[in-house]
Amino acid sequence: MTDPSPRAAQQTGPVVRVSGVDKTFRRGDRAVTKALEAIDLDIARGEFVSLIGPSGCGKSTLLRIVGDLTSPSTGTVTVNGKTAEQARRDRDYGMVFQAPVLFDWRTVEDNVKLPLEILGWDAARRASRAREMLDLVELGEFVKHHPFQLSGGMQQRVAIARALAFEPSILLMDEPFGALDEMTRERMNGEVLRIWERTGTTILFVTHSIPEAVFLSSRVVVMSARPGRITTIVDIDLPRPRTDETRESRRYFELVTAVREALRAGGAELDDRGTVGPGSDASIERTIAEGAVG
Amino acid sequence: MATATATRGGLTATSPAAVGRRGRGLLVGLAVALVMVLVWEGVKFLGGTPWRAPLAQPGSPILWNPPFRWAFANDLNLPHVWNILLTFGEPFQRGADRSVAQFLFDAAVYTWREAAIGFVIGALIGLVLATLFVHSRLLERALVPYVVASQTVPIIALAPLIVFAFGANVMSVVVIATYLTFFPVTIAMIRGLRSFDPRALELMRSYAATRTTIYRRLRLPASLPYLFTALKIAATASVVGAIIGEGPGGIANGLGRVIITYNQYYITGPEKLWAAIIASGLLGIAFYGLVVAIERLALRGRRPAEA
Amino acid sequence: MTTIGPAIAPTSRGSRPAVRGLRGTRSLAWYLPAAIVFVGGIVLWEVVVGALNLQAFVLPKPTAILAALQANWAEGRFALLPSATATLQEALTGLVIGTTVGLLVAFASVRWVTARGILLPLAVAANAVPIIAFAPLLNNWFGLVNPLSKALMAAILVFFPVMANVVRGLVDVEPAAVELMRSYAASDWTILRKLRVPNALPYFFTAMKVATTLSLIGAIVAEYFGGASTVLGRMIVQSASALKFDITWAAILLGAATGIVFYLVVAVVERFVIPWHATLRAEA
Repeated sequence: MTDPSPRAAQQTGPVVRVSGVDKTFRRGDRAVTKALEAIDLDIARGEFVSLIGPSGCGKSTLLRIVGDLTSPSTGTVTVNGKTAEQARRDRDYGMVFQAPVLFDWRTVEDNVKLPLEILGWDAARRASRAREMLDLVELGEFVKHHPFQLSGGMQQRVAIARALAFEPSILLMDEPFGALDEMTRERMNGEVLRIWERTGTTILFVTHSIPEAVFLSSRVVVMSARPGRITTIVDIDLPRPRTDETRESRRYFELVTAVREALRAGGAELDDRGTVGPGSDASIERTIAEGAVG
Repeated sequence: MATATATRGGLTATSPAAVGRRGRGLLVGLAVALVMVLVWEGVKFLGGTPWRAPLAQPGSPILWNPPFRWAFANDLNLPHVWNILLTFGEPFQRGADRSVAQFLFDAAVYTWREAAIGFVIGALIGLVLATLFVHSRLLERALVPYVVASQTVPIIALAPLIVFAFGANVMSVVVIATYLTFFPVTIAMIRGLRSFDPRALELMRSYAATRTTIYRRLRLPASLPYLFTALKIAATASVVGAIIGEGPGGIANGLGRVIITYNQYYITGPEKLWAAIIASGLLGIAFYGLVVAIERLALRGRRPAEA
Repeated sequence: MTTIGPAIAPTSRGSRPAVRGLRGTRSLAWYLPAAIVFVGGIVLWEVVVGALNLQAFVLPKPTAILAALQANWAEGRFALLPSATATLQEALTGLVIGTTVGLLVAFASVRWVTARGILLPLAVAANAVPIIAFAPLLNNWFGLVNPLSKALMAAILVFFPVMANVVRGLVDVEPAAVELMRSYAASDWTILRKLRVPNALPYFFTAMKVATTLSLIGAIVAEYFGGASTVLGRMIVQSASALKFDITWAAILLGAATGIVFYLVVAVVERFVIPWHATLRAEA
């Protein structure tokens, strides 16, 4: 069993290094879809990096490649100096999906304990960590509840607590707040930043929302569709800690504009809320990915 | 133009993937049947009655003497597959001019007619009940428990009473088939008639649509996948009902009676009972297949629901 | 509502079997209409049969049926309790055998994809076949008076819904949940234990509710094709042919009551084993 203590003491290079990654999907004998092309990306320890782009730009696919849920057609991914697969085996990843993916049959607390059970922690340690994590996401009084008794936002907080419970060195978040309303989303954004600042985890975050990406990130990676390419990387130099006032600052609006223009240059169509394209493409990508595997 | 093409595409379902899948299904079916035949004959090869030429009389020369003698594998319990197949071509009884195959075919058609009448009546009753239940929660709460309880009464138990009430004729058999058919349709349609998109209901309300319009334009179309799932179950159930009912119903022309008769003569010709059972199976599959075909026709162009 | 019959509930991918069984959390008022229908129906039956002076052997009064039940409870030519016990034993044996084999096959088929490709179409085909036609064969194989021939009929009827539903429950897990488990580098065994099996439990209970009734039907149908005489199936046939319809009805009601109790036992066990799911249903 690997030691689940914080990995801060590990080597200083980038946590994630993606180099020369292509991804093509083949569906039967039909034409191939080029989902990703020539992706190079380094993510440093403790960074908060967002991937943004139009539907079908492959941002979810890129995240899934980093997390070894699918493999690149060409190119390499190293995480903490290891292959992505080895990193997954070493439990370096915490995953948060758009849907909370909580198990109905487990209480909130037991859902958070799930990865700890799989990692073979003893019961006492599991219990204290689950408490700690649920306090962190401010759900301390809901430990004995079942997921269906919680609101969507609360469920997603449980999912975050579960992802952080075993202190993974990198948190992969695939449109975690895509299904939430605007108000809840903004609150959750604040929540994620608070947790990120307290834990110092590296976060790779996929989103459709420009304001969300700008508010959260240290860097925003802008992608274009067909084939999915990185067009621009926008450094977000907003001061931290970021608060509601950040959202009203001049610099914030400038950066939102910068990202929006970068997106437009990549050919994306935007709606008036600063959201790119319709709904989530994660499920579409997953469907394609399954087709490619099967 | 476009409609015509779509219709044709839907009817034949010609996407290469679909054809491949169906072809594979058929192949798997054949492979399973082949394996079953091989196991069957393999068991007989090891521990059956001494093998003789197909349809040979007891005195004919022994072709193969199995090393073991297992009672369950003797020719009475497990007749040779070829003997079962060959029995289809024999006269259905001593001195008769019709073959077992013809005899069973006629019996199956007869039984199917009973089943089909019960199927149609049962489906209509189920539809009416479900329609009442989705429009009245009170009726639903008052009566659905008894609809469910009705099926805990084994139908064969009711058969003697039904026969007594309706007389020993086809009517009794139809009633039994109906009894087995209405239930799955009722239950599935209660869910089906509520399975519409609630937003569509709001849309209909905004048009000030009447209950009848909502029923015809929204509830009923939305329920079709549920209806067909139930009808597939009901098709088999109606055949079961007809076969069971023919015994107490005193119907001489159907498969149920044939099974009982051949069961009585099992000692002298076990192959015939097997043939009758195979005929029952084929009838069930044929009726099921008919419903599936109608379903394909009725639901073409819809997103395929998982059955 | 469960689908009684050799049925697989139509569930779409990822959704739960839409079962709404008995709800312990319901207020009594919920059951009031059904109770009124029950009492009203019985009173009406009693009154109408009495008033119209119907021939007693077509439809005896409820009181007459109760009297017959009492008179033939434990002894006599139509001893009902020993018959019901014998039939229940056959059904139970069949239920246990059918469920066990169904579960074994379901788990095996999850492990081996090819097995699933063969078994599921086979289950669909079996759904289309009137399996009860095999009852005389089983009687011939295992002996007319051997309870095993009845139990095996029940087992075959039980096998298919259990196998098909459990396979579906084990396979129809949320794809994202599998990815979550993979991100923890969980082994197939862990995924089976912590994800697939709990996911399959509601499907299993749906199947069991169907299976209880099916096992009784299987046993009684097999009895109908011949065998020992102190069983419910024979009681019904013999009392009917002796024109003692009050006894026939008493036997039928006893059979139905057995089926309902059987079903309720499963429903209660379900509440204990998957309370999270039952609560979900009560809320929905």
